[in-house]
Amino acid sequence: MDNYEIFVSMLGSTVRLSIPLIFTALAGLFSERAGIFDIGLEGKMLASAFAAACVAYATGNAWLGLLAGIGISILFGLIHGFASITNRGNQIVSGVALNFVAAGLTVVLGQAWFSQGGRTPQVPNGARFDPIILPGAEAMRHVPIIGPLYSQVISGNNILTYIAFLMVPLSWWVLYRTRFGLRLRAVGENPGAVDTAGISVTWLRYRALIVAGFLCGFSGAYLAIAQSAAFINNMSAGKGYIALAALIFAKWKPVPVMFACLLFGFLDAFANFMQGKQLPLVGEVPVQIFQALPYILTCVLLAGFIGVARPPKAGGVPYTKER
Amino acid sequence: MSTASVPLPGWISYGVIPLINLVIAFFFSGLVVWLIGENPFEALKYLIDGALGRGDAIGFTLFYATSFIFTGLSVAVAFHAGLFNIGAEGQAYVGGLGAALVALALDRYVPWYVTMPFAVIGAAVFGAAWAFIPAWLQAKRGSHIVITTIMFNFIGAALMVYLLVHVLIVPGKMAPETRTFLPGGQLPKLDWLMAIFGLKLGPAPFNVSFIIALVMCFLVWLLIWRTRFGYEMRTLGISPSAAVYAGIPYVRTVIIAMLISGGLAGMMSLNAVMGASARLQVEFVGGAGFVGIAVSLMGRSHPVGIILAALLFGILYQGGGDLSFEMPNITRDMIVVIQGLVILFAGALEYMLRPVMVRIYQQFAGRKSASQKLAGT
Repeated sequence: MDNYEIFVSMLGSTVRLSIPLIFTALAGLFSERAGIFDIGLEGKMLASAFAAACVAYATGNAWLGLLAGIGISILFGLIHGFASITNRGNQIVSGVALNFVAAGLTVVLGQAWFSQGGRTPQVPNGARFDPIILPGAEAMRHVPIIGPLYSQVISGNNILTYIAFLMVPLSWWVLYRTRFGLRLRAVGENPGAVDTAGISVTWLRYRALIVAGFLCGFSGAYLAIAQSAAFINNMSAGKGYIALAALIFAKWKPVPVMFACLLFGFLDAFANFMQGKQLPLVGEVPVQIFQALPYILTCVLLAGFIGVARPPKAGGVPYTKER
Repeated sequence: MSTASVPLPGWISYGVIPLINLVIAFFFSGLVVWLIGENPFEALKYLIDGALGRGDAIGFTLFYATSFIFTGLSVAVAFHAGLFNIGAEGQAYVGGLGAALVALALDRYVPWYVTMPFAVIGAAVFGAAWAFIPAWLQAKRGSHIVITTIMFNFIGAALMVYLLVHVLIVPGKMAPETRTFLPGGQLPKLDWLMAIFGLKLGPAPFNVSFIIALVMCFLVWLLIWRTRFGYEMRTLGISPSAAVYAGIPYVRTVIIAMLISGGLAGMMSLNAVMGASARLQVEFVGGAGFVGIAVSLMGRSHPVGIILAALLFGILYQGGGDLSFEMPNITRDMIVVIQGLVILFAGALEYMLRPVMVRIYQQFAGRKSASQKLAGT
């Protein structure tokens, strides 16, 4: 294989590995910009993956699976809201709790329903999001340079991949060009001012969590019924936290979020590629370095060595109207 | 008038409300058991029987509880300073490296009671070191400690796997673990303590680190409520701005509180590495760091509460194994669900019942004062 082909195939897997990160990080973007910390992204992702796999298996319809994933994810978001908005509980504690509930419940229910050690049965072919071959992909294949790029990276992805990349400008538009977005950003910076303007802080934050749940549902469905064809025990495997890291790395802005996710997806793809290979001078690079790199980069960023990451000012603080 | 500002007596806020929250968490856990078609009461019977029915079962329960006391204390100390340390898992993992290095260095030459103090220090220093960078980032750079400790859990896991696979592994062996420590690097079992109560320990790894854990509980109580630094920590936890205004150094207090927290988490490894398996293994922490969060929340960050909560989770962990054996439909992961529900109801929703309790309390208190008035006239 020549270098260009390696490059193209790695680009392809970068895209595939970034999609769940993009959905999840955008979900985190909405809730954190509204002032609600969302440690529970991992749990939402896992729960929606499980729901999507179960429903897609039972109904044979991928779209119903996606819908179930979104529904469960929104439900988790609402519980998070009930605890941290309505009852003014600690947002981090609530998120941690939901992560545990999701991690445990998916396996317990999966085992009780399907008896396959927490896995769901293989989803039949028609019930998955299959790759879409864009027109002309076959014909383009042999065109130098752009040919492989078009046929392997741009074409041949499933519909959720294209939705993910559409969600990025859409999120930007919603956050920066609509009244809802302006208010949402305001409620994350200064909820008191929003309240004074006669807008309900509670309802606004709940809506932010619903949007977050909606987006996170896509990432779970992507894992379970697009990337693979079943729910596997703990299949999110820390991706929710990587997405959180990407969100911080991108300084809570939608377009940088996409690039941060692509970067972390690339690291993942590169680690897979490098496994067992020798580098000149250094020898074999341990795969653990690539696994740790997204977190190390985020910490370096947080330390203020690559610009300053300034979180939404009211993040993590429950809003209390005057007593 | 809002009910949030009405003071409640201690026995309601620290006794009745947490207890009701716990009951709600268990009610929902029972609901899950019932949903998957099993009898929740029967499940509870198996669980308690499996955790407390025999000598070795109690031994395992106390072994798990020991780990949870350490991690619970770790979370609690940070919590008193207003810091949420999610990194106990990673700090315990890296702390295991400290304990293992001491055990590997000394086990050939000295008996266990000479190794032990060094191992305690080693585990604590390594655990504290892993908490230092997040602490420094929080104190100096203002980056949120929750995020950085999560990141450090993953970095720590990657580091430990690398060390075990490439550096500490016994040459020629496949399993990524150190060599087995000689008796000089192991913490002996507490079978004599069990024998006092007429119980046989059997294969359960209940060991000396339990006593270390109890000593740490006392020391933490002393630190938090009887020292100047503890006072400064609690002040910082309640109001950082007031603490700074009163001249309490923010950076120093945050860093030292996190170092203590990380050290306590690191000591958890004494129990698992030197007490149970006598070698350092991949993933030996097994979620104990996260259980510490639940334990600390349930125990209201007080050492006595933490011991009780740790025992409860010890029962869940040991009994959960037996339960999944008796009822194959219920997997061990049911414990994780219960853990999550406990954190949800005892932690995140801790204020949910407060308004109701205030109303009930006011009614009772109001009636009492009214009857006193009547008696007076």
